[in-house]
Amino acid sequence: MTEVITKFTRTVPHWQPRVKPVDLKDASADQLAALQVTPSNTKISEYVLTLAHDVESLQVRSPLFNAIMYDRGGMSRAERELGALAASMVNHCIYCAAVHAARHADLEKSTDVTDKLFRDGAQAELDPRDRAIFDFAVALSETPSQAGPQHLAALLKAGLDEAEILDLILSSALFGWANRLMHVLGEPVRPPKTVG
Amino acid sequence: MGPIRGGLRGKERESGLTDMNTTALKSAGLGNAPGDAVEGRAKIFKMTQAAEEAVLRPQDYGRWSHELRAAFAARIALQYDERALSDQYAASAGAFASLAEPSQDGADDGLETVVAFMDKVATDTRNVTAADIAGLQAAGISDADIVRLCELNAFLAYQLRVIAGLRLMKDGYA
Repeated sequence: MTEVITKFTRTVPHWQPRVKPVDLKDASADQLAALQVTPSNTKISEYVLTLAHDVESLQVRSPLFNAIMYDRGGMSRAERELGALAASMVNHCIYCAAVHAARHADLEKSTDVTDKLFRDGAQAELDPRDRAIFDFAVALSETPSQAGPQHLAALLKAGLDEAEILDLILSSALFGWANRLMHVLGEPVRPPKTVG
Repeated sequence: MGPIRGGLRGKERESGLTDMNTTALKSAGLGNAPGDAVEGRAKIFKMTQAAEEAVLRPQDYGRWSHELRAAFAARIALQYDERALSDQYAASAGAFASLAEPSQDGADDGLETVVAFMDKVATDTRNVTAADIAGLQAAGISDADIVRLCELNAFLAYQLRVIAGLRLMKDGYA
C-alpha cells in the first residue's frame, strides 16, 4: 500500500496519477514530438506523460513555465519560488509545495523560511519583504483574488520595484495553474518501503 | 490611467515584440500602453496568448467542443468576478452560452458531473480528491478528456490572476 501524504514537507514525494498516463508505445507522432522522445531520452515522468493527453497545452505550457520561473532579470529566483509556495499552500498542493520549498531552501542556502511556514502556517514570522511577498501571493491565489491596494502598498513599502512585482504576479498565478494539474490529476505518496 | 513605468533594462529587455494585444493585457486595460515592466516580459505575454488558444481552440478538442470550452471559460471568469471577460468568452459559446451562468448546473446538457467538477477545481481546489476524478471516470469521461478539462480550468486560473494582478499594478502606478 502506498501512503498518501497530507502534511506539508520539503521531502519531495512520489506523484501518483489518478488517470492513466500516455503509454509511449501508443503515443502519436505529435505526442512523441512534444515529449521530445529520442532513443537516448525515454525516461519521462508520469506527470508529463499524463499531460501528454492534451499535447497542444503541454507544448505551450513548458516554455511558459520556464520563462516565468527562470528568465533573467526582475525578481530573484528564490522570491519567485516563495510566490509559488504561497499559491501551493493555499491550494494545499503538497507535491508542488515540497518541490518549491526545497528549491527555495537550495537557492537561499537556508531552510529557515520554509521551516517556519510549514511549522507555523501562513502566519509564520517572516522578515518584512518575505511577509509582503507571501501575503500578496496568498491573496492572489484565493478565488476570486483577494489581492488589493493594501497588498500592493506593502510590496512597495518593502522595496519591490515594478519588474519584481510583475514577476511575483506571474509566478504565483502560474501556480494557480500548476496546482490545478498536480493536485487534481494525482496525489503525493510515499512509495512502499522495500522489504529486505 | 498611464502605463506601468520601470522594469527591466538593457540586455534584459526583450526587443522586437510589438504585438501586445493579448487577452490578459486587454482585460487589465493595458492593451495599448503596457509599460516597461510588461514589455520586459513580452515573450511571456505572447506565450500566455498561445496557451489560451491551446485550451480554448485546440485542433484536437476531444469531447469538449470550442463552444463548450468557451462556455466553461465564461463561467469560470464569472466565478472570478471578471464580467467583461466572461461576456467575451460567452459570445463564442453558441448553444452552451447559458452554462456561463454559475447558477446553471449543466443538467439540461447532460453535463451535471462535468460542471460540478469544473466548479470545484476552479473555486475549491484544495478539496479536490481522488473521488472527483473517479466520478468523471464512472460517468464515462475518458482520461484524455479529464486532462483536457483540467488544462482549461488551470490555464484560466493563471490568466485570471494575471489580469487581477496587472489591474492592481496599473491602478497603483497611475
